[in-house]
Amino acid sequence: MDSVPSTDRGGIGYLPSAAETLMKLVVTGPFGVGKTTLIRTLSEIETLHTEEAMTQAGEGLDDTAGLPEKTTTTVAVDFGRLTVQDDLVLYMFGTPGQERFLPLWEDIARGALGALVMVDTRRLEDSFAVMDMVEEQGLPYAVAVNRFPDAPAHPDEVLRKHLDLDPATPLVQCDARERRGSIDALIALAEHALTRLPAPQEAS
Amino acid sequence: MTPGPGRRLIPAYLVTGGRSTPSGPALDRLAVLLRTDAELPPGAGTEQRRLCGLLDPGALTVVECAAHLELPVSATVFLATDLVASGHLRARPPIPRAGEIDRSLVERLLVGLRSLH
Ligand SMILES: Nc1nc2c(ncn2[C@@H]2O[C@H](COP(=O)(O)OP(=O)(O)OP(=O)(O)O)[C@@H](O)[C@H]2O)c(=O)[nH]1
Ligand SMILES: [Mg+2]
Repeated sequence: MDSVPSTDRGGIGYLPSAAETLMKLVVTGPFGVGKTTLIRTLSEIETLHTEEAMTQAGEGLDDTAGLPEKTTTTVAVDFGRLTVQDDLVLYMFGTPGQERFLPLWEDIARGALGALVMVDTRRLEDSFAVMDMVEEQGLPYAVAVNRFPDAPAHPDEVLRKHLDLDPATPLVQCDARERRGSIDALIALAEHALTRLPAPQEAS
Repeated sequence: MTPGPGRRLIPAYLVTGGRSTPSGPALDRLAVLLRTDAELPPGAGTEQRRLCGLLDPGALTVVECAAHLELPVSATVFLATDLVASGHLRARPPIPRAGEIDRSLVERLLVGLRSLH
């Protein structure tokens, strides 16, 4: 991979100076479920990624002084950006749903509006662990069922039952390659996040 | 790329805390970095030059800088922190700061998303 020369001003996609408010959400789910595809569909900049070095550590995490046999591995986090209004920009981070990556996940999810948990109907159970993880963190989430052509189609109600979804949790079926449905998934998440925020302080 | 099964993996920077912690809280990955007018000294390092060069034409978040420079976010945070301290960059905390999402913000987000339909 070659680095981006500093003279390349074309492809970078600098932030407009009006972009004052930056929000973020997390797109998560099992391997190959379509996280990157959804982000690519929505992003106004070419999808970017960072490599985060991960250290395997045991129980004594606080004992940072001596990690005897730490092994390091690298996890790619990809992300994209969507200007929603002139001054409001939404960042979407695609993070692996594995429980082992929880600390990285938490680091990225801190301050996020919520999470979009992606599901493949051919392997619903692969998303269970991710949903547990998101629920444990108390992050508002919506489920986006990514429709693959060769995957069986099911009515929402059947999927909700199999996923054991709370009635309040939104479920959206989409094709991550299509913009409209992907935006609908974001809208469902944002609407849900809104219901989780304290009501406006009207006269009591 | 895919690590084998096993114990939970920790981002390296969270374990080590990096080198001696720079003053002040770590920059958020969505902190916005801007170049100032201050010129880099002749002795400035390659990575410092690359980051300042990247930001010469415009502003980017920390995580975007990391991606363009192909550096880990943690390394970019350290570089940027030093360059802010030396006056070569300015950093603007993300708005809202973590945990400060309120209804009016989400309502504006919704209006914007619906208009993108
Ligand atoms: N037919 C169809 N294919 C899709 C859809 N979304 C993703 N794909 C394909 O499925 C494959 C995996 O998609 P990715 O977006 O890379 O999935 P991911 O979740 O980012 O995968 P990892 O990062 O490896 O965990 C790719 O070959 C996509 O082209 C979809 O909605 N419909
Ligand atoms: Mg991916």
